[in-house]
Amino acid sequence: MASSTTDHPEAGFVPTPVKIIIAGGFGAGKTTMVGSVSEIPPLTTEEVLTEASAGVDDLSGVERKNTTTVALDFGRIRISPRHVLYLFGTPGQTRFWFMWNDLARGAIGSIVLVDTRRLDASFAAIDFFERRAIPFVIMVNCFDNAPRYTVGEVRAALAIPDRVPVLLGDARDRDSSKLALVRLVRHAIAMLPMPA
Amino acid sequence: MSGDDGWYDESAGPLVRPYTITNGRTPTDDAQLDLSTQVMALRSELVPAGLGPEHVTVLHECLSPVSLAEIAAHMKLPLGVVRVLCGDLIEWGLVITRSPSDRPAEQPDLEILQAVLDGLINY
Repeated sequence: MASSTTDHPEAGFVPTPVKIIIAGGFGAGKTTMVGSVSEIPPLTTEEVLTEASAGVDDLSGVERKNTTTVALDFGRIRISPRHVLYLFGTPGQTRFWFMWNDLARGAIGSIVLVDTRRLDASFAAIDFFERRAIPFVIMVNCFDNAPRYTVGEVRAALAIPDRVPVLLGDARDRDSSKLALVRLVRHAIAMLPMPA
Repeated sequence: MSGDDGWYDESAGPLVRPYTITNGRTPTDDAQLDLSTQVMALRSELVPAGLGPEHVTVLHECLSPVSLAEIAAHMKLPLGVVRVLCGDLIEWGLVITRSPSDRPAEQPDLEILQAVLDGLINY
């Protein structure tokens, strides 16, 4: 394959990228979290979609060409000279789910941010990762003016099985976000299939 | 009367349609370029003739390894356009790339996960 040039003499200078997805409903703090832990200010990139790629939209009978722009926020952490981690915030609107597939391909896993005032906004993300057996952890983003719940209460309300870590945190806080990333990677390691 | 009296404004979008840059080509699946795929320009004495200005800009962006998403963000171009541009540069042997995995559907292995974990703890 032309894009895989790992045998090139200069390939040693190119780090291996890894991805973690920051998911959750609209306003759950995805971009805040990317910004709090990224080593660069969050960047935004856009994908322009036309009807051909927007497979989820029913355009039957629509003559006009439809284009939409989906924005993706992301950040970066240089783990080592050999590894670089990218944090991608998911686009909030559910109609852009096919983009989640792109994001999820080859990813370590996801942190699903939950706002306790809008629990239902996180159902779709949880369902997405559960169905695909992609490792994920839940982080309750403890907003100042939101009611406080225990981990057990949140787990029960979201029907999260015991094997999935649930933590309370603050997406604005670097250490809190970092801890969630650490928990996710540990969880992903625990979910690896046993060697035969 | 001035030149900017209203037939065109920001909300109308860019005057050059994004895929004009790629001569109307859209990304093909066989390119396998992930958003996080690292792209690095190879040292080259001679920039081939016929390289478009956007190709040259991509080469300048990736003098040291950088992701496809960062190139797109810096150039303010849609990801799909940058995928096509990088695909050209790969074909012409001007850049090398490294994707998350040789098998794109697969999650990282234990060695990579352990390296990421160690790195995060010390971050």
